[in-house]
Amino acid sequence: MDIVEILADSLRAGFGPLAAAYALSTIGLNLHYGYTGLLNFGHIAFMMVGAYGTAITVDQGGPLWLGILIGMGCAVVLGLLFGIPTLRLRVDYLAIVTIAAGEVLRTIVRSGDRESLTGGVFGITQFAGDFYSLNPFADGRYGWGRFSYSQRQLWVAVVAWGLVVLATLVISSIATSPFGRVLRSIREDEDASRSLGKDVFAYKLQALVVGGVIAGLAGTMIALERSAVHPDSYLPVGTFTAYVVLLLGGAGTRLGPIMGAVIYWFLFEFTDGFLRGALAEGWIPGSIIDSTDIGPIRLMLVGLGLMALMIFRPQGILGNREEVLLSAR
Amino acid sequence: MPADDAAVASGLAGVASEPGVAKPDPILVVDGLRRTFGGLLAVEVEHLEIPRGLITSLIGPNGAGKTTLFNLLTGFDRANAGHWSFDGREISGMPPHRVARAGMVRTFQLTKALAKMSVLDNMKLAATGQTGERLLPSLVRPLWRPQEIAIEARADELLARFNLAHVRDDYAGTLSGGQRKLLEMARALMAEPKMIMLDEPMAGVNPALVESLLTHVRDLREQGLTVLFVEHDMDVVMGISDWVVCLAEGSVIAEGRPFEVAGNDEVIDAYLGTHRAARHRREASS
Repeated sequence: MDIVEILADSLRAGFGPLAAAYALSTIGLNLHYGYTGLLNFGHIAFMMVGAYGTAITVDQGGPLWLGILIGMGCAVVLGLLFGIPTLRLRVDYLAIVTIAAGEVLRTIVRSGDRESLTGGVFGITQFAGDFYSLNPFADGRYGWGRFSYSQRQLWVAVVAWGLVVLATLVISSIATSPFGRVLRSIREDEDASRSLGKDVFAYKLQALVVGGVIAGLAGTMIALERSAVHPDSYLPVGTFTAYVVLLLGGAGTRLGPIMGAVIYWFLFEFTDGFLRGALAEGWIPGSIIDSTDIGPIRLMLVGLGLMALMIFRPQGILGNREEVLLSAR
Repeated sequence: MPADDAAVASGLAGVASEPGVAKPDPILVVDGLRRTFGGLLAVEVEHLEIPRGLITSLIGPNGAGKTTLFNLLTGFDRANAGHWSFDGREISGMPPHRVARAGMVRTFQLTKALAKMSVLDNMKLAATGQTGERLLPSLVRPLWRPQEIAIEARADELLARFNLAHVRDDYAGTLSGGQRKLLEMARALMAEPKMIMLDEPMAGVNPALVESLLTHVRDLREQGLTVLFVEHDMDVVMGISDWVVCLAEGSVIAEGRPFEVAGNDEVIDAYLGTHRAARHRREASS
């Protein structure tokens, strides 16, 4: 087992396009859950409509820029659809409705109804050509040894990290403004906010839509990276990956989503490499697990890690411990 | 007593002490308000007027419907029937945030200090008409920064008045029970209300602090605010109120100047727990 190779692979994952897209998506979730306290369990649906909005537009002959705008527009519509019926109710209703609606949406796309548009179970491919034709990087690999990206990966990563920086700037200026103060007051106690004249529903809806648009963009980036959209890429587990990233980095912190995404994808890749290595070296007997078990075991480790985090560092890596302790009073 | 002087000065002197009596200059007028929970009649107020610029206290035994009445008037609960107007403007059925913007700001029995926000942020939150509270202007700091500075100055002034200046940057969650009550009162003032509704401001407060809280309540009146507060400690009520309204089983059974209400048989019965008051009402209605 070559530990240096495993570390290089892990670093590549940690700073790669997928980590960047998840950082972006989690920035949206941070606005929902971290700042406003909205328990959005259908986050993946925002990513899905962003991805499909882009893919369908381009597939139907539209230009890429229009596709990206339509993807964002779909996220706005989805935010309103989720929000208008549920945001007047308690926070748990939003959780139930969003997780169900996300699955309904995925099932509809998968069902093959309007297959000419959505591609049904087969999804849509080959819509990212325009995006890669804009790639300024020449063919080749960029980086050091195994910690390197192809020109395509690098292009996606640069754009996605660029969007991450932009979204972080926007969200942190919202968060430090009086608008953000109202959002935090809603997270703490809606009724107090109402009693001081704040239209809580309108604020929650705006937060849901803005965060949703950011997640929609993240969905577009993932679709472009894979050059494909496929309904089964948008299972609810994607929502919970974003939550793990958010809680790991620190909910309600400015840089938590970025920190969380890098560490999550690094560790996710590292456990894979390490387990495979350990199996090959015979450190773990083949009679206990074989290589096909590694995938599920990785997810178990994620769960275990999350439990440990909640017990020993509930505020996440960048969170403020004092704040977390206050809620226990 | 100074309270009586104020009452005389305001022209309440000639007002009869009977439930539903009209007042010369009411700020809040309630008509036919009714709220039931299943088969239980929680609030039924035929007519009630709250005089402007004075301290009115709402008393009554536990379960009399005082807090429910507060929730109804401020839009936190929906009435089955009834109309009420504030400062000449119909506010029945309005959502809470619009009631607050109309100038009627409440506090809560269980204090709602926003624990994970600083004391100063709690205060600044309450200021009204903030440009930076709209999404797009919030992104452009120069648009709201001057207003923010003015708001902060006003918040600091109020914090000083309520002896909270030294905890200005602490999390509100670290304050003591009494300090939270003070913060909630100061925060309500940041919203520049015409009328402030305090739901049991003295509940759970160290007796040594009660007097200081009462002084603050009196100050509110001096500044021209109308105060309506819920309290069931009769000693507190006697000392501070210009007018007292007694609620029992959801209805107004008596109102008047403090000493009159204190001597009222029905009020005494309601507090001592005999059923005379209820029986009396049944006879009257049949």
